[in-house]
Formats: sequence, C-alpha cells, structure tokens
Amino acid sequence: MKFALAIYSAPYSSQAGESAYHFALALLAQGHELYRVFFYQDGVYHATELAAPPQDETNIHARWQALAQQHQVDIVVCIAAALRRGILNKEEAERYTKPSSNLAPGFTIGGLGQLLDAAVIADRLITFGS
Amino acid sequence: MAKKILLISRHAPYGTSTAKEALDALLAASVYDQDLGVLFMDDGVFQLLAMQDSAAIEQKNIAAILPVLPLYDVENIYVHWESMQQRGITTTELVLNAAQVIDSDAVSCLLAQQDQLLSF
Repeated sequence: MKFALAIYSAPYSSQAGESAYHFALALLAQGHELYRVFFYQDGVYHATELAAPPQDETNIHARWQALAQQHQVDIVVCIAAALRRGILNKEEAERYTKPSSNLAPGFTIGGLGQLLDAAVIADRLITFGS
Repeated sequence: MAKKILLISRHAPYGTSTAKEALDALLAASVYDQDLGVLFMDDGVFQLLAMQDSAAIEQKNIAAILPVLPLYDVENIYVHWESMQQRGITTTELVLNAAQVIDSDAVSCLLAQQDQLLSF
C-alpha cells in the first residue's frame, strides 16, 4: 500500500513528529511504500538545519534526513508556512534578501498542492499533530 | 478518477493559526479537480459566525474569506449540528448559506464515503 504522512506540529514541543517517524519506520518495515512526508503549520520547524539538540536527546531533524535518503522518500515543507516561520532555502533567502538560508539538506520546499497530490496519489494519508 | 476528499476543520478561528492554515489548504486543494468537501465541527463551527470582527487582534477575518468557497468550486460545505448546539449557535448566525447542517449520524456516513481526510 502507498502511504503519505502529514505533520502539523513542531518537533520537541509535540510528540506528533516522532509518532509519525515511528509510523513511517513501521510501514516501510512491512513492505509498504512511503510516497511523501509533508510538513505544514509548525511542522515546518522539522526542516531547520540550525537546530542543535543536546547530545543525549534524539536528533529529530537528522532522523528524517536519514530516512529520506535511505528510502528515497520525498520530504517536503509547505512554502507559505515555512516562509512565515523563517525556514528558507537558498533561493527564497535570495528572493527576500535574507542574510542566510536554513533548510536542511534532503528537505525540499513545495506548495500546498504537494499535500493534495499526496492525498490523490497515496492510498492512505495519515495526519499527525494539530 | 477524482477522489472524494474531505477537509475537517475543528479549531476556533483565532488563537492558533490552524483554522487559517486549514482554509489555505482547502483553497489550494480546490484547484485539483477532486471531489472536495469541507466539514466544520467542534470549535471549528465558530469560524462560520457572520458577526465576527477580528480587527482588534490584527488578524484577517475568516468569515470574510469563507464566502469565496463556492467560487472556488468548494460546494460541499458541512457543519456539524451537535457542535453548533453545544455552543449555542443557530443557523441564522452562519455566514455560509450554502452550508449543510448535518448531525453526528450523517457525519459518520460522510466520513465513511471519503477516500481521504485532511484533518485540521
């Protein structure tokens, strides 16, 4: 079965993102396909490259990057939600003349259409957070 | 083939950005030629109050945006009756005339018919 996940809550503040991560591992372990993980609302904070959690805590950001790389999963943050919250890739930082960008490698920035596309393409869209 | 997709909006219009960002997602979804609907329930029914004025908190008035939904071909608009009742809201106070007020049993049927739910 083809799954897509939507994550709407910030890492560290909420359990939602970690539940989504474990759900993703479980579905991949069972041989299902993960089409996309879409980060919206405060979920876009998962994509900052600048987070520096303590050594003895889980690095939630790095885990998503590793999962995306290992399983070729599309991990996308909503552009409107990201720009509002200061998550920018290089192109957007230049467009808005910001001093730096901070989108972690592996993540891409996309429109809300990517959420709809995930709903259309995937057999199941599972929402975490909000 | 078009999928049946229902967006469920369950949060109050202000206080968190959830209602606004749900509406943004709904408007974005409307261009994808799917069988799209929206259901307002729990505190989400407060979004539909016609007499709301958010100027003092410097937020966009959600009730001013909602009437555009039919123009975006979002014609399946549902409001959960028990949520309205619990909050003392009557149908005459709603901003969307096109909204269908449905009870919990009808909500169950509606959810069962969908291919996907966008939950906010």
